[in-house]
Amino acid sequence: MQTPSSNTPRLAIRGIRKVYPAIVANDGIDLTVMPGEIHAVLGENGAGKSTLMKVIYGVIRPDEGELIWEGQSVTIPNPAQARELGIGMVFQHFSLFETLSVVQNVALAIPGEFDLAALSLRIEEVSQRYGLPVDPRRMVHALSVGERQRVEIIRCLLQNPRLLILDEPTSVLTPQAVRKLFETLRQLASEGVSILYISHKLDEIQELCHTATVLRNGKVTGSCTPSQESPKTMARMMIGEDLPAYSHGETGHEGEVRLRIVNLCQPTEDPFGTTLKNINLEVRSGEIVGIAGVSGNGQQELLKAISGEEPLADNRVIEMCGIQVGHLNPGKRRALGMCFVPEERLGRGAVPRLTLTENILLTAYRKGMLLGGLIRFGVAKRFAEDCIKRFDVRCGGANSEAKSLSGGNLQKFIVGREIMQDPKVLVLAQPTWGVDVGASSFIRQSLLDLRESGTAVLVISEELEELFEICDRLVVIAKGTLSPSKATTETGVEEIGIWMSGMWPDAEKSGEAPHVA
Amino acid sequence: MWLKFEQRPEPSKTMSYVSPILAVALMFLSGLLLFVVLGKSPVEGFKVFFLNPLKDSYGIAELFLKATPLMLCAVGLSVGFKANVWNIGAEGQLLIGALVGGGIALHFEHTSSAILLPAMMVAGALGGMAWAAIPAFLRTRFNANEILTSLMLVYVAELVVSWLVHGPWMDPDGFNFPQTKLLSPEATLPILLTGTRVNAALLLAIGALLVGWIFMNKSFMGYQMKVAGQAEHAGRYAGFSAKRSVWIGMLAGGAMAGIAGIAEVSGPVGQITEHISPGYGFAAMIVAFVGRLNPIGIFFSSLLMALLYMGGEQAQQYLALPSSISKVFQGMLLFFLLGSDVFINFRPRFIRRRK
Repeated sequence: MQTPSSNTPRLAIRGIRKVYPAIVANDGIDLTVMPGEIHAVLGENGAGKSTLMKVIYGVIRPDEGELIWEGQSVTIPNPAQARELGIGMVFQHFSLFETLSVVQNVALAIPGEFDLAALSLRIEEVSQRYGLPVDPRRMVHALSVGERQRVEIIRCLLQNPRLLILDEPTSVLTPQAVRKLFETLRQLASEGVSILYISHKLDEIQELCHTATVLRNGKVTGSCTPSQESPKTMARMMIGEDLPAYSHGETGHEGEVRLRIVNLCQPTEDPFGTTLKNINLEVRSGEIVGIAGVSGNGQQELLKAISGEEPLADNRVIEMCGIQVGHLNPGKRRALGMCFVPEERLGRGAVPRLTLTENILLTAYRKGMLLGGLIRFGVAKRFAEDCIKRFDVRCGGANSEAKSLSGGNLQKFIVGREIMQDPKVLVLAQPTWGVDVGASSFIRQSLLDLRESGTAVLVISEELEELFEICDRLVVIAKGTLSPSKATTETGVEEIGIWMSGMWPDAEKSGEAPHVA
Repeated sequence: MWLKFEQRPEPSKTMSYVSPILAVALMFLSGLLLFVVLGKSPVEGFKVFFLNPLKDSYGIAELFLKATPLMLCAVGLSVGFKANVWNIGAEGQLLIGALVGGGIALHFEHTSSAILLPAMMVAGALGGMAWAAIPAFLRTRFNANEILTSLMLVYVAELVVSWLVHGPWMDPDGFNFPQTKLLSPEATLPILLTGTRVNAALLLAIGALLVGWIFMNKSFMGYQMKVAGQAEHAGRYAGFSAKRSVWIGMLAGGAMAGIAGIAEVSGPVGQITEHISPGYGFAAMIVAFVGRLNPIGIFFSSLLMALLYMGGEQAQQYLALPSSISKVFQGMLLFFLLGSDVFINFRPRFIRRRK
């Protein structure tokens, strides 16, 4: 690992404090980043990482404190100013216009002449140089999460930043792609670019970062050199205690088939969507089945077919608890015992402007919350309070609006809401995306407990580590087809990684390559 | 120094209540200016427009009489507006309700049955619903924009009324005036207070506000419509039917507008003419938004709107201003409301220009 060269810090921040009405988000934070340094900012949900980055990027103004950019004290009133200084940021929640193409989105952020053809060439050049393949002509709404992230990164790189901020960048990538991203980041660092890397993945930080600053409850609780620490010691700094270990139950006591997909073929109407081809899958009571794959290979389409949000032509292709449900809408499938955690939390899994109590009603109303068409708000509120308590949702109570919660806390709330309905079949998409270590290990343990009690659980995730931790069986989705299933104990990250490129034994050889990150 | 609008971290609850009050204040202020520009004394104008109508108990009864159809239409429309179902054709639904209900009264003109009035009310509601069902069907079946179709059907309804009162339904003893026979006493709504015109429709309207409040705040269907209005994808995820929201939103508006229509015919108007409604169906949209789509707010905003109608009449009589003056006030109210509503999501900030 190389050490940064120059002696003037690229960025030094002193005593940053930001107070919100309900919470002190940042409380006297100091941090120094040298040129060419990859600096990790580590912390749980609500520790203040995102607030701090937004201060640096000029999205919010701090109440107190000083920013020193290359030796000069500066105020950064807005992101445009930050970009002018040479700061680029890739947000966890992407800031792209869905109705525009990739190149149009990039053009909006780049000052200067509006020449889409030349810009397309530059995008292709940068994407090749740093190993971030994306077609500049595609529309953003049709891109997967992983691809959108690439667009964000490319958009930053085109402005030749001297400080690049990345918020949880690897959550949507294959292991191979993570390695490639790390190469990109190391290449950038060796060119003198400083990198602020926000993450909760301790092994990644250990592999990539030169130094780390740990935040907890808005304060710096420690700095370290990751290469000299173990994940355990860093986790302790981050959450203040040791991580709980998982308790796996016995495998092999699976019961009847709760979810069966038979020869599901679903052509897509979206020109950039994925056509599902001949999907067969069974999930039994008491097992967790994982679907691995790089985003954009048919996960969204498959989930919509299972949840009922996309009506199917053929009633027979999906069975739940022995009943053919292809024609049923999501409400009727839920009545049979299905619960579902979608990838998008705000706007799909929860209504932003409604309170948590009202958001409980969204799917859990069958749990005795209705009486003659009227809502029993007392029952819903107790359910919400129970969920907040059991799943440690940090919020201002059951009357808080869903949008006031941080991403990870909202996810805990949604997962809790679905789990507490005692589902017969539980389908989850990216259950721990952007959720911190403590919370994601709690969610995973809850899924394992649910499996013990006989629920059939299907997890679609782009985090292989997670799938290997909790699943009994794994399948891989690539270009709309499903691989054979393999017991988790009989395969490994390398094999699944290769399958994610569509190359499993007997895979369809013809056709286009899958979207490989 | 210059003014900049800065997005609030979250919409201001306080501002959403202050905004209608601010809009009313600005409307008053501009009204006074308008009187000055028209060469009238603003003090005199204010008195004639806003105080004269309320100076005796008859005036106050008239206020409630005029507020009744506004309350009915506005509460029905709010059900749809909350779910992003934009029925702007309440005026047409009101007219068809008046026709169907009035038709029953004319057809059974010699009956003295006690169920005649209830039957007329039900028929009025069904008439309004049938008219609202057309845009609902076009929206759910062909995805046709209900704003356009419901508005266009207003003009169709006006022409239907006009044809009937000039033709088949014209009173043979009416000296060729375009109007039907007067309704029989059995087909007329009972007066609540002797000496005034305020009738039982006011009770219907207050009942509708109550039912509307329960539907919107306590019922699961109302909840589903709120979800559909705020986050379409969440509604689909939960399995709520978007089509059902459209149907309920349109039909609620149609039913209430239809009752408002027949209540005018069997109340103050007493027969079907071409002038059953002075634009109540359109004004009700302003009432609904000034009342924040909330039945309690609608109660007060419909009284305000009724005052604008009465003030307009007074201004014609005593200030020699044209009758369109009340439309001008309605327009100003809506204009200022939309303007003030910006402050719900944004706050003004004066900043010094940086060199």
